[in-house]
Amino acid sequence: MASRTDRGPVIDFDRFRPTRSSIRARKRKDRLMTVLIGLSFLVALIPLVSVLWVSLSKGVRRLTPDFLTHNMSGVVGGNPTPTGGYGGILHAVIGTLEITFGSMVISIPVGVMCAVYLVEYAHGGRLAKAIGLMVDVMSGIPSIVAGLFAFSMFALVVGPGTVNGLAGSVALSLLMLPTVVKTSEDMLAVVPNDLREAAYALGVTKQRTITSIVLRTALPGIVSGTILAVARVIGETAPLLIASGFIATTNPNLFSGRMTTLPVFVYNEYSQGLAVCGPGADPGCLTDIHMQRAWAAALVLILIVLLLNLLGRLVSRIFAVGRTR
Amino acid sequence: MGQRIDINHLNVYYGDFLAVQDVNMRIQANKVTAFIGPSGCGKSTVLRTLDRMHEITPGAHVSGQVLLEGRDLYGPDVDPVEVRRDVGMVFQRANPFPTMSIRENVLAGIRLNKKHIAKSDADDLVEWALRGANLWNEVKDRLDKPGIGLSGGQQQRLCIARAVAVHPQVLLMDEPCSALDPISTLAVEDLINELKRDYTIVIVTHNMQQAARVSDYTAFFNLKAVGQPGHLVEMDDTTTIFSNPHEPDTERYISGRFG
Repeated sequence: MASRTDRGPVIDFDRFRPTRSSIRARKRKDRLMTVLIGLSFLVALIPLVSVLWVSLSKGVRRLTPDFLTHNMSGVVGGNPTPTGGYGGILHAVIGTLEITFGSMVISIPVGVMCAVYLVEYAHGGRLAKAIGLMVDVMSGIPSIVAGLFAFSMFALVVGPGTVNGLAGSVALSLLMLPTVVKTSEDMLAVVPNDLREAAYALGVTKQRTITSIVLRTALPGIVSGTILAVARVIGETAPLLIASGFIATTNPNLFSGRMTTLPVFVYNEYSQGLAVCGPGADPGCLTDIHMQRAWAAALVLILIVLLLNLLGRLVSRIFAVGRTR
Repeated sequence: MGQRIDINHLNVYYGDFLAVQDVNMRIQANKVTAFIGPSGCGKSTVLRTLDRMHEITPGAHVSGQVLLEGRDLYGPDVDPVEVRRDVGMVFQRANPFPTMSIRENVLAGIRLNKKHIAKSDADDLVEWALRGANLWNEVKDRLDKPGIGLSGGQQQRLCIARAVAVHPQVLLMDEPCSALDPISTLAVEDLINELKRDYTIVIVTHNMQQAARVSDYTAFFNLKAVGQPGHLVEMDDTTTIFSNPHEPDTERYISGRFG
């Protein structure tokens, strides 16, 4: 009854002071955790460095100008071609770039506009919640299912057995869409409301406010999110094997005919194992040419992703939002 | 020139909740009118109904009349976007557009409305607006630097320049100095005194000394209890409100013996 006074509760506050031993214990814990965190960083680095090193060391041998400027037509076993090379990946590079570009053209407008709807118009309504749930579910779709979806969609719309680059783009865009929606939504949501109000107060319409202020302010974030999504799908193999197929020659037409991409090329080369160099073979015949080509193509794929990343960073920097000094 | 605002039987609702009840007042042209009162009494809400900014909040709506020089801002054929071109607003937190330079910020109201403006006209407008906001001398050498690189007080004056650059008749200010240091506050207050020659100014402030310093008329808002709607207690000459108010509530609030 008597414990309350005007000065507050009667408690021995000195008991809460850190003791000398507790400070020592904290310092020990601090050192231990620093070491643990450093070690985890190194562990995480091992596979990364190892992958880069192996692809570089194994891929660079076959990465010649001839390899980059020829396709696989007329390549027989491990024999060299008349140009002195062993076939190349020009057709796969073109295929990867076109199909990825196609998937960007499909998923970026849809994804960004979906995010604009969610942030600027939906006000957390029932439809917004449903869309949010769908996007989460979509990000869990196995990529092979996306490939089968695109294949069956084209079978229904265009005709049975339709396999072309666009089908691959559709499959990839399904995989990209959730990432684009999520990152764009997050980026739009962190644009301060003050800026929207400032624009409205100047007599600017909602549409102009969204396009010129909100999207413009969120642009660097949307670009990096999109690049991340592209990097995730550019290495997809399974859906493209189904939707876009495989071909040895260069097919620049996204809308018709089979199209090879780099991951599919890598898989195909790897699956062929050793080449046969019989008694009558060319003296330059290489038995491990499939592996060499696979590694070189993998390296090119890594370089393309790297380039895309650099490009994204450049765009982000150009459109960067001015920092407070 | 500024324009007069008449408010008749204005009720403001957030959804079903009546936030402000039955406000009647006349805001004189080319004068500074201050809204004072405790937090939650609805003074900012009333201010935002004067340029229909409250409509951004989902569910917010009003009944009653707000007449700008006799024209009902809530008439059936009135576009809120048009209203906001006549009635400018400056916010509590300075909010220059972070992607734009100082110059672009001043021109934002015109450029964002897809209006073309010749470069020489734009130069003149930028200088005029920034001079009007007492900022020209401080920024004239760095007009192409980002607006958010300025100090807080400069940013707030940039926002005033941006609001002035679209030539409104009325300028609403929602606690424009509450995030500023005393020196920047003084600069903005001096500016308000100059701006009233050209605009009708309504300012919401928690700082009663500020209301006494800058305003010609003062309106005191209050609410009976939390959860009850706010209402206008009285409005009069600032000198009358601060020296000889009619209502005992006003007197108690002004003298700090409140609640």
